Amino acid sequence: MSESLKKIQEEIIEEFSMLDGDMEMTINYIMELGEKLDSLTDEERIDDNIVKGCQSKVWMTARQEDNKIIFKADSNTAITKGLVSILVRVLSGQTSEAILNQEIFFPDKIGMNRFIGTQRSNGFASMIKQMKIYALAFSAKKTSQA
Amino acid sequence: MDSTTSLLNVRAIREQFPVLHQNVNGKPLVYFDNAATSQTPNSVIKALSDYYSKDNANIHRGIHTLAERATTAYEETRIAAQAFINSREKEEIIFTKGTTEGLNLIAQSYGRKFLKEGDEIIVSEMEHHSNIVPWQMLCQQTGAKLKVIPVTDEGEINMEGYRNLLSEKTKIVSIVYISNSLGTINPVKEMGQMAHDVGAIMIVDGAQAAPHGNIDVKDLNCDFLAMSAHKMYGTTGVGLLYGKRSLLEKMDPYQGGGEMINEVSFSGTTYNDIPYKFEAGTPNIADVIALKKAMDFMHDVGISNLQAYETELLNYGTEQLNQLDGFIPVGVAKKKASVISFNIEGIHPFDIGMWLDAKGIAVRTGHHCTQPLMDRLQIEGTVRASFAVYNTVEEIDILKTGLEEIIKKFR
Repeated sequence: MSESLKKIQEEIIEEFSMLDGDMEMTINYIMELGEKLDSLTDEERIDDNIVKGCQSKVWMTARQEDNKIIFKADSNTAITKGLVSILVRVLSGQTSEAILNQEIFFPDKIGMNRFIGTQRSNGFASMIKQMKIYALAFSAKKTSQA
Repeated sequence: MDSTTSLLNVRAIREQFPVLHQNVNGKPLVYFDNAATSQTPNSVIKALSDYYSKDNANIHRGIHTLAERATTAYEETRIAAQAFINSREKEEIIFTKGTTEGLNLIAQSYGRKFLKEGDEIIVSEMEHHSNIVPWQMLCQQTGAKLKVIPVTDEGEINMEGYRNLLSEKTKIVSIVYISNSLGTINPVKEMGQMAHDVGAIMIVDGAQAAPHGNIDVKDLNCDFLAMSAHKMYGTTGVGLLYGKRSLLEKMDPYQGGGEMINEVSFSGTTYNDIPYKFEAGTPNIADVIALKKAMDFMHDVGISNLQAYETELLNYGTEQLNQLDGFIPVGVAKKKASVISFNIEGIHPFDIGMWLDAKGIAVRTGHHCTQPLMDRLQIEGTVRASFAVYNTVEEIDILKTGLEEIIKKFR
């Protein structure tokens, strides 16, 4: 497993463990994380970039830079923006191989279901799926160019 | 304002609802999602448990004692339902899975038989998806057209718009009695009269009206009315469909199977009489039996007490929440049930709902299965607090305080 991907997830698990399962503190923390995430421009907040399956709107873009995939994401709700910021932190800057092959274990470990419920967890799952689809697309492009 | 000063002993009522006495996310539960599903009193829960502990048997065909007891209890609910909605005969009550199934049954059993290309079906812009999609399906099957009555900015049906849509082509008018998203009480009696004047039938979606207990199908003179048990202190998976005998008898069965037949042979099958013609298969016996206890509960509280108390909660809630910074009420009809739908300027309803949940307050957020209405009002969704007879003014104060704290975080 790519060390950094694993390490970042472990850091996140550690940070959430300090919140001690308190729902209000957790939401507050998630929102703070969202505030630190750069917003997308109006040109990027277009329907083509919407992630399907989320209750609130989530936009996501991806580009490749030096063999690494750079994700940007935004949402029209503060809490969801915080949640996507965690995924961006974990997966942005990783190689497509790492994104496709490494286990994303932090949502279970921080009890994402408990915090955001099964319905919204599905939205979370579709964001992860979208990021993997981007990684697959970039890796296919690389293979066809080779 | 203290809830004990009101006309009901709300504390005693709350005692009957075990689910209310719990902490959610470390805070005492405040349950304001009654328009989605109401909670069930002990008497209803006990009826379910008693049925499975004492009377469980298949109904209508068994000759043994348990089957007889189960059948009697099941049919007692039909009689209670007849009284509850004031229908002429108990045979005009069909047990369904819920309002959605009731509306689909009408669309398929009545609509497919009697509608043809060029006929028109009228609904309003404030319908729940369950009173839109079955008609769209019927239109695809028959070539009929769906016409939509506009809704005003206040969240009321535009009666002039309705009048303009009516013609001799109109065959079905299907309207929500009380809007689940806005709480608007629609003039379905008057609308039914207007539908009948052009020879159309009138269908009422009574899902949200049932918990307020003021349904009188004789007075409304509607042709069909559908409702769900789980919104009126009953359990999930059961509903009632009322239909006038003359129409039910003309209709073909909705589903084939046991119970709904008279005689079966490979040369042909004859159908049972109403209502059994529409109740194919073993029904949800336990929940039907428990539904009687839900209606008994409402009668014990007293329908007029219940309505007066809910109006008290609505008025108090509206007055209190109106004081909030950036409060935008959605739906300000003159006649409203105990539903407050709103937005707060600059805060997404999803964020409000999540924060309230963290504070132990259950509300509904989103489009409430009325996307066309949200499009009409040009909003993505709302936060909806809906009140039942066990809610209190103190709980409304908790909601208000919670919202104030949330607003502060976003300002």
